[in-house]
Amino acid sequence: MRAGLLLLLLASQAAASPAAASPPGASSCSGCHGAPGGAVPSLAGRTAEDIAAALAAFRAGTRPATVMTRIAKGFSDEESRAIAAWLAGGGR
Amino acid sequence: MTGIGRRAVLAGLAAATLPRPAVAQGARGRVVVVGGGFGGATAARVLQRAGLSVTLVEPAETYWACPFSNEVIAGLRPMAAQGFGYEALRARGVTVARTSAEAIDGAGRRVRLADGTTLDYDRLVVSPGIALRFDALAGYDEAAAQVMPHAWKAGTQTELLARQLAAMPDGGTVVLSVPGNPYRCPPGPYERASLIAWYLKTRKPRAKLIVLDAKDTFSKQRLFEQAWKALYPGTLDYVPLAGGGQVVSVDSRAMTVATDFETTRADVACIIPPQRAAPIAAAAGIADRSGWCPIDPVTFESRLVPRIHVVGDAAIAGAMPKSAFAANAQGKVCAEAVIDLLAERAPAAPKLINTCYSLVAPGYGISVAGVYHPDKGVLADVEGAGGTSPLDAPDAIRRREADYAEDWYRTITSAVFG
Repeated sequence: MRAGLLLLLLASQAAASPAAASPPGASSCSGCHGAPGGAVPSLAGRTAEDIAAALAAFRAGTRPATVMTRIAKGFSDEESRAIAAWLAGGGR
Repeated sequence: MTGIGRRAVLAGLAAATLPRPAVAQGARGRVVVVGGGFGGATAARVLQRAGLSVTLVEPAETYWACPFSNEVIAGLRPMAAQGFGYEALRARGVTVARTSAEAIDGAGRRVRLADGTTLDYDRLVVSPGIALRFDALAGYDEAAAQVMPHAWKAGTQTELLARQLAAMPDGGTVVLSVPGNPYRCPPGPYERASLIAWYLKTRKPRAKLIVLDAKDTFSKQRLFEQAWKALYPGTLDYVPLAGGGQVVSVDSRAMTVATDFETTRADVACIIPPQRAAPIAAAAGIADRSGWCPIDPVTFESRLVPRIHVVGDAAIAGAMPKSAFAANAQGKVCAEAVIDLLAERAPAAPKLINTCYSLVAPGYGISVAGVYHPDKGVLADVEGAGGTSPLDAPDAIRRREADYAEDWYRTITSAVFG
């Protein structure tokens, strides 16, 4: 029970105040990707799997884009997955 | 256990293994941020969000944003679209000291403000922007800038240039002088040239724009030159360094702009002079002989004075350009490093992104992007990444990049000031 409460506390803290360290490159994304409704697709509500798959396709050139093909090539698969997980977890 | 309950517990377990918030990890301390532009306001927000006590020192009540100010000059956008206040930052808990920093005592970790008070800090973030050098071009001083605007800090200068263009008779000559590197917003002068040319072509078709450049190569050059050839032949005359384009003096009474080869009389002259970091950088001892601030590429800590971090245009950020996007990205990375350092953790090596859009005409956007990482002590390009829009793109892509540019502006100003 006590362990459960601790977990909940930690979870609520994590939600209220994201961890300081974001994975390399991740914090730059919010320069363009904001709230839904704009020309640039919002990342809000996307799963880590979706974001990671998009980054992999941009990097491979199999998904057409304007700038994302150029940006995704700056990250390894592992880095892209870390960014995707951070963004899906509410990082900004 | 229901599916939802199970997921909640799993989420709790996952959260417990994630790095905990900075506050829980013992980041404590007083942080002062000097300068409320894209770099400083961003850093202040991230630091405040981590639970730190942050004071942002900024004398202006309204920040006038440079991105998209070339559209104001060309009559495509109201100046009001460039102004942002600090109410949202205050509401979030950032203390905004509406005054300027006059001196920084790096050894005593203290900032002296123009209102006579002082602020002690454990870490200081300086994002002061640029100073225009009024000692670099013969005849171009602050008084001359009231006649021949630089419009390279947005605000009254932007409006002055817009008014001058609007008042100029058809058949007039506009001269735009572009400095050598480095300076704020590398593609900015060429976007300005494009949009002034668009304004002349559509509103004053007998008028001309002469662009005098102190260099031969520039950002997105092939894209700009391709667009100029297609859109503005007979309106825009570009003179590179090799063609005698370097301006050596101006005369704001005679309204002339001189190179080593020729003196041109202008009806409207926009002179973008050489630049350096804003004066507080030199006063604090964080600017080197170049006039800019050398930094550590992981933490953005000054190479010259410990516990002072520098972001934005004032910093020597290696391959990263001096742009609002870069300042915002640096503000976030620097703030995270400050949080780590205050908690006595070593910050991890970051990566940073830059994306800069330029409009060569309404609905015609081009971009350059880059990814950067610390390499041999500087921020270097990640090889294989980045680059410009393709030369052979269809109109639909140019249109989309123009839309992205507009949306980028909406998003970044909302993220920084909203």
